[in-house]
This record gives sequence, structure tokens and C-alpha cells, in this order.
Amino acid sequence: MEEKYAKDHAVATSTYTAVWLALLILLAGTIAVAKLRLLAQFSVLGSLLIASAKTGLVLAFFMHLKYEGRFLKAMLTVAVAALTLLIGLTFVDVWLR
Amino acid sequence: MGKKMGMWFFLFTEILFFGGMFLLYSIYRYKYSQDFHSGAAEENIILGTINTVILLTSSLTIALSIAAVKKGKNIPSSLLQGATILMGVTFLVIKYFEWTAKINIGIYPDSPVLLKLAKGEILFFGLYYVMTGLHGLHVLVGVVVISFMLHFTRRETINRDNYARLENTGLYWHFVDIVWIYLYPLFYLIT
Repeated sequence: MEEKYAKDHAVATSTYTAVWLALLILLAGTIAVAKLRLLAQFSVLGSLLIASAKTGLVLAFFMHLKYEGRFLKAMLTVAVAALTLLIGLTFVDVWLR
Repeated sequence: MGKKMGMWFFLFTEILFFGGMFLLYSIYRYKYSQDFHSGAAEENIILGTINTVILLTSSLTIALSIAAVKKGKNIPSSLLQGATILMGVTFLVIKYFEWTAKINIGIYPDSPVLLKLAKGEILFFGLYYVMTGLHGLHVLVGVVVISFMLHFTRRETINRDNYARLENTGLYWHFVDIVWIYLYPLFYLIT
């Protein structure tokens, strides 16, 4: 078990390059959504979704999360959930005031 | 696994550190959406986009430098780390020009010009300076730390059997990239 994680997965150069290309395509996409006023009323949501897709790629491949154990993934989920809860609850407070 | 865990714990604290500022941004954006709209129109989208490309590419080079060290290729790894440092510095230089352009037209915290603007715009530019400033500070720290890693890689104290320091530096650098991935649409694109 420990051996499996100690022995790192070698990620191929082509994989990294593909991820980088995907990130640039998503960047072009986010500019298009904002500038061409595609789905104007959803522009905030759209931009944040694209940013989150980019983050997912960076986390999974560049930061090797895809190859890490369950424990680390669970920990990250808790941290992100805490932040989401914090922002979500504050918004509930603002709306109901 | 254990060596990386410490870095990840640190990054969790960083998520909440920047998270607090993102919380402020979203609440004020909700309350003053029109002012945030006019504020964002002042930003230089071209420079912001160039900086985004730079940071995304620097994430690729640092990831490749780690992959190279794992194969025992210290020289290519050093070159890739050098490229990462160069991109980090370029990012900061561009940021310097962006800030200077704003300061020259009188937009900086507490300036007479800024204080005459609408309340939401004051908040927008305040958040802009604080968030991109703290992010820039993280980039600067990253550049310094990668410079040390470059030194260790050249002396081969970082090598195919011992590269945890470089790997953790990479994690930190990618995190700084992720923060920018959100800052970019929030300050430059969403209008």
C-alpha cells in the first residue's frame, strides 16, 4: 500500500502538454463567454464554472491528485466544503436580512 | 505520501486565507453589482490575459521539471525551473505596469480620485489591490523558493531519489496558479 504511493506515478510529458493545451482552450472559452456576451445572464456562473474546470485539471494532473490516496482527496473535499459552506451561509444571511 | 501531506495541510490553510477575501468579493459584488461592473471595465484585459497564459504555462514547466528529476535528468529540470522563475518574474513585472497605470490615473487606496467614486467602486478597487497584491506576494515567494530548488537541483542534492522539496514547491506554485484562475475572471472578465 505505502509502496504504491511511495513509488510515484510517472505522468507522461504528452499528458502534461495536453492538460496545458486544455487549460488554454478553457481560457479562450472563458474570454468568449465574457466578451461575446454568450448567455449574458449566466456570465458569472459560466466564468466560475470554467475556472473550476481549469482548477480541476490543475489539481488532478499537475498536482497529481488523481494518483493520490483517498485520505488526501477526502481532506481536500472537507476544506473546499468548509469554504463553500462559509460563503453559502453568509449569502443566506445577506438574502434574508 | 507523508512528506507531501504537510504541504497539503498548509495549502488547506491557504484556501481559507484567500477564501475569506473571495467571500468579501462575492458579497460586495452582490450588493454593488453595477459599481463592480464599471470597476471591472477599467481593467486591462489584454495584460490580464497575458498574465494568465504565463502562469498556466509556468505550471506546465514546473510539473515537467519534477518529471525530469524523477528520471534523473537534472539539467533539463534546472532549465525548466529557470523558465518557471522567468515567467514568475514576468508576471510580476506586468503586474507592476498594471498597478502603475492605475496609480497614475489616481486610483489607489484612499486616493482623492478613488474616494469620489461610488461606494461599490471603492470596494472593487480596494479588493483588487488587496487580492492581486497578496497573490503577487505569493508569486514572489514562489520565485524565491524555486530559485533555491534550482540551486539544489544543480548541486544534485535534489535528485531522482530525493525530490520531495521540489515536489512540494510545485504544489505551492500550482496553488498560486489556481488562485489566479479565479482572480482573472472576477476582476477582468465579469462585467
